[in-house]
This record gives sequence, structure tokens and C-alpha cells, in this order.
Amino acid sequence: MLKIHVDMDKCQHYGQCVFDAPEVFALNDDDKLEYKATADDSERENVQRAVDICPMQAISFTE
Amino acid sequence: MSRPVVVVGASMGGLRVAETLRKSGYLGPLVVVGDEPHAPYNRPPLSKEVLASDVSHDAVAFALAEILDDVEWKTGSAAVAADLEAQTVTLADGTTLDFEALVIATGLRPRRLDFDNKPAKGIHAIRTLDDAIALRNELVPGAKVVIYGAGFIGCEAAATATKLGASVTVVGKGPVPMLRPLGLELATDIQRRQEAHGVRFVMNAQLTGVLGDERVTGVTLDTGESLPCDVLIESLGSLPNTEFLAGNDIDIESGVHVNASLHALRANGEAWPNVFAVGDVARFPIPKFDPSTRRVEHWNIPTEMARKVGKQLALQLSGDADAHAAEHAKAFDPVPSFWSDQFEVSLLAYGLLDQGTEVRLLEGEPGGDCIYGYFDGDDMVGVCGIGMRSKVMAYRNKVGRTA
Ligand SMILES: Cc1cc2nc3c(=O)[nH]c(=O)nc-3n(C[C@H](O)[C@H](O)[C@H](O)COP(=O)(O)OP(=O)(O)OC[C@H]3O[C@@H](n4cnc5c(N)ncnc54)[C@H](O)[C@@H]3O)c2cc1C
Ligand code: SF4
Repeated sequence: MLKIHVDMDKCQHYGQCVFDAPEVFALNDDDKLEYKATADDSERENVQRAVDICPMQAISFTE
Repeated sequence: MSRPVVVVGASMGGLRVAETLRKSGYLGPLVVVGDEPHAPYNRPPLSKEVLASDVSHDAVAFALAEILDDVEWKTGSAAVAADLEAQTVTLADGTTLDFEALVIATGLRPRRLDFDNKPAKGIHAIRTLDDAIALRNELVPGAKVVIYGAGFIGCEAAATATKLGASVTVVGKGPVPMLRPLGLELATDIQRRQEAHGVRFVMNAQLTGVLGDERVTGVTLDTGESLPCDVLIESLGSLPNTEFLAGNDIDIESGVHVNASLHALRANGEAWPNVFAVGDVARFPIPKFDPSTRRVEHWNIPTEMARKVGKQLALQLSGDADAHAAEHAKAFDPVPSFWSDQFEVSLLAYGLLDQGTEVRLLEGEPGGDCIYGYFDGDDMVGVCGIGMRSKVMAYRNKVGRTA
């Protein structure tokens, strides 16, 4: 199980993470980021890609 | 000991290459050379948050994953020469590194004005953390700031400086700011919004001189006007950092020319098997658009190129010929993406907007939140929105050419 955290003080809602891990990250109707706080281990690579691509370096996760 | 993979350029592109090599199973020697004194950090905040507050390297540094523990970082040392046949890179201190493979990730530097007698103080460009910190110290309330060059970085700096209480004039060569990347409609719209916040634009103008002895006191324009200022920011576009490659048989006209598997090319178009380029310095084809090549100075490109080069090179060095051939055959074919923040305007775009010959409003209202499509015939080659991010994102996979 992955535990995902987004620092909402840093996040600028750019949505770059959404393309790499659509199961975990989404922009809602108000264009604000929403994410699942936990995800299956099978999402590990996708979440890591989202961490790398986030322009604000706002995403972290633990296993 | 076997020869290392040498990455030149210790920024996002170089960092992501090192990470992907390790993640893809390359455990051999790996050296990353960078001329800046800092470990890799994030550049987009330099024209935004870093100018606006007391941000230090820690706040913009990229996290260094544990898998990078045995990477040899040579920061604060520039590569000054390379011999691609002999497989060596020479550093400023005279050290020569042999390489098994070379990855060029040296990015760009700002094009600078070359007037004689330019004053030493008050003139800035924004590319590095040190540049941004030096500028920040001069953006005090009431400062008179002239920004020469009306591209994204210039317009972002205009917004940030205005918010800090400076009085800002942007001077640009074209009729409107950001014309080439955005097209007339959107560019005009954003100029109006900037003006509503008090930014002044002097367009269709060029600088003819810089006034001041020790410190800049003003600029003169070819319109005959002169503008007093305490700070001059040059944002005139960029030049690729390729000088250390001079003297080799490598095509470095306007960036390092690479093919669809990101190998650097000789003048005759033949690929160097063990030399690659990633990020802002690379000039590459994007098959979903056309076979011609361009540099793309956007955030997502270094990481996407690095993922390909890292994986492909790890397989090449592992000797697994079939796996390498399969990865090698996958053409690099990204969707360029950028964003920009200027006052309340948050732009998000996908594609190659400058290939559009016709701009159509797709959603929303001009002047408010809206989305424009950039078309060449029936092909939507780009899309750009102000606000409406989730709707803009839905267009991402629709940009490109059909034929
Ligand atoms: C102020 C600013 C704001 C930006 N804002 C945005 C934005 O809002 N949205 C967006 O999409 N993109 C933005 N970008 C673009 C984005 O930051 C770049 O695309 C990205 O940084 C490119 O990464 P890179 O690793 O290819 O090159 P760089 O980050 O330029 O790194 C190259 C590194 O190599 C070093 N180097 C050069 N020559 C040598 C040598 N001979 N030897 C050793 N080291 C060398 C350089 O000093 C540098 O550290 C912005 C860029 C800047 C400068
Ligand atoms: S990529 Fe980063 S900044 Fe953008 S929405 Fe995701 S977490 Fe927020």
C-alpha cells in the first residue's frame, strides 16, 4: 500500500501529475487537485512519475 | 574499472537521466558534471516565487533519491572541451574524463545585449538561482524597472515585479508580447490584463543604448523615446550551451541535433552510438507533428527525454540486444506542454502553438476564462487555455497532425 501526500501549500493545481497517475490524481470541477491518500502498490511507478513531473515538487509518498 | 557514463549539465535533465539509468538497472560508474555550484534545482519558480520572497536553494532543490548515492557529482566545474572519437570530456580544471557514453544536458543561457560601456550594476537576466537572488534584492517598492524582451520570462517577471511594488515597463520588438508562442488573439488579451495591473508596454521598439556609468539609469529606444530606470532585465531569449563540443563532427547548429531515439548526429546525419542530448539544449523531431526539428524550452521535455535516454542506454550497456532494440525503435514523440502564471492569468497549453495558421475560440469568453485551439487546416496543432484547466487537459491527447 502506498501512502500519498501532496503539500497543498506548494501545489499550484497544474495537473501535470494527472497524466502520469490518473488513478490517483484528478482536477475537480473547480480545477483544484484532488487525490487519493492511499493507492495500491501496482501504482508505484505511476506515482513516482507524478512525483518527478510535479513542477512544484509537492508530491511525496511512502510504502 | 570500466569507463563511466558522463552526464554534462546538473539540472533537471541531467538529474532525471541519472535517476532513470539507475532505475533501469545500470549500476556502473556515473558522473554528473555541472558548472553551477548548486545541486539540481527547479527553474520555473525563478521568475515567480523566488523573485517574490526570501526563497533559498533548499526550497527549490530537487529531492535526491537514494539510488543516486553512488553517483559522482562534479558541481562547480564546467566541461570546456570534448573529443567524441576518443570518448573524453575535459573540465575547466584540466581534468579529463573518459566516457563510455555521454549525455549532453547543458540547457540554455540568456542572450545578452552587447552594448559597449554597459553599466556594471542594475542589469539582470534570469536563468539561474544566483541570477534570481541578485535581481530580487533590487526589486524594491518604487523601483523603476525596464524589461527588454516580451516573452514568457519577461512577462512573468513584469507581473512579479509589479506585485512587489515596482513600476514596470516592458519593451518588445513585436506588435504584442508573446506573439510567437501564443498568436495575436491570446497575446493581445494577456497584454490588456497586464496593463490593467499597471504594466506599461512599449511595443514595436528596440533598445538602442543603455544609460548610466556605474549603475543603469535608463535606456534609449529606436522610437526616440528614453526611459529612466533603476533596473534593466534582459529577457531576449536563449542560446544553447554547446561550446564545449566545438571541433567535433557533431551538428550543433541551434542546439544539439538528435534523432527520434535521441542520439546526437554527425554533420552528415549519421548517429553517434554513444552520445545523446536531452532537455532545452536538444533540437529534435516530434513525429506526431512533422519530421522537422526544433528546441522546446518547456518543463516536461527534459524529464520525458531523460526517461527515454536513461532506459535505452541502460539496456544498451547491459548487452541485452533485443530489449535495447525494442526500446531504441520507440520514437520519442512527446506532447509539449507549458504553463505560465502572470497575475490572475494562469495559462496551460499543449502542442506546438506556433505551427497554427488559424486560431479558434473553443470554449469560454475572450477576456475571461477561455480556451483557444491552434489549427493548421484540419489539424489541431495546439491548445491553450486561461483557467479552465481540467477542460484544457481534456484536449491534450487530441493535438497533433493526422497525416
Ligand atoms: C526563469 C525561468 C522560468 C521558467 N518557467 C517555466 C514555466 O513556467 N513553465 C515551463 O514549462 N517551463 C519554464 N521554464 C523552462 C524550464 O525551466 C526548462 O525547460 C528546464 O529548466 C530545462 O532543463 P534542462 O535540464 O534541459 O536545462 P537547464 O535547466 O538549463 O540546465 C542545464 C545545466 O547545465 C549547466 N551547464 C551548461 N553548460 C555547461 C558546461 N559546459 N559544463 C557543465 N555544466 C554546464 C547549466 O549551468 C545548467 O545548470 C523556465 C525557465 C526559466 C529559466
Ligand atoms: S503536478 Fe504538482 S502542482 Fe500540479 S496538480 Fe499535481 S501536485 Fe499539484
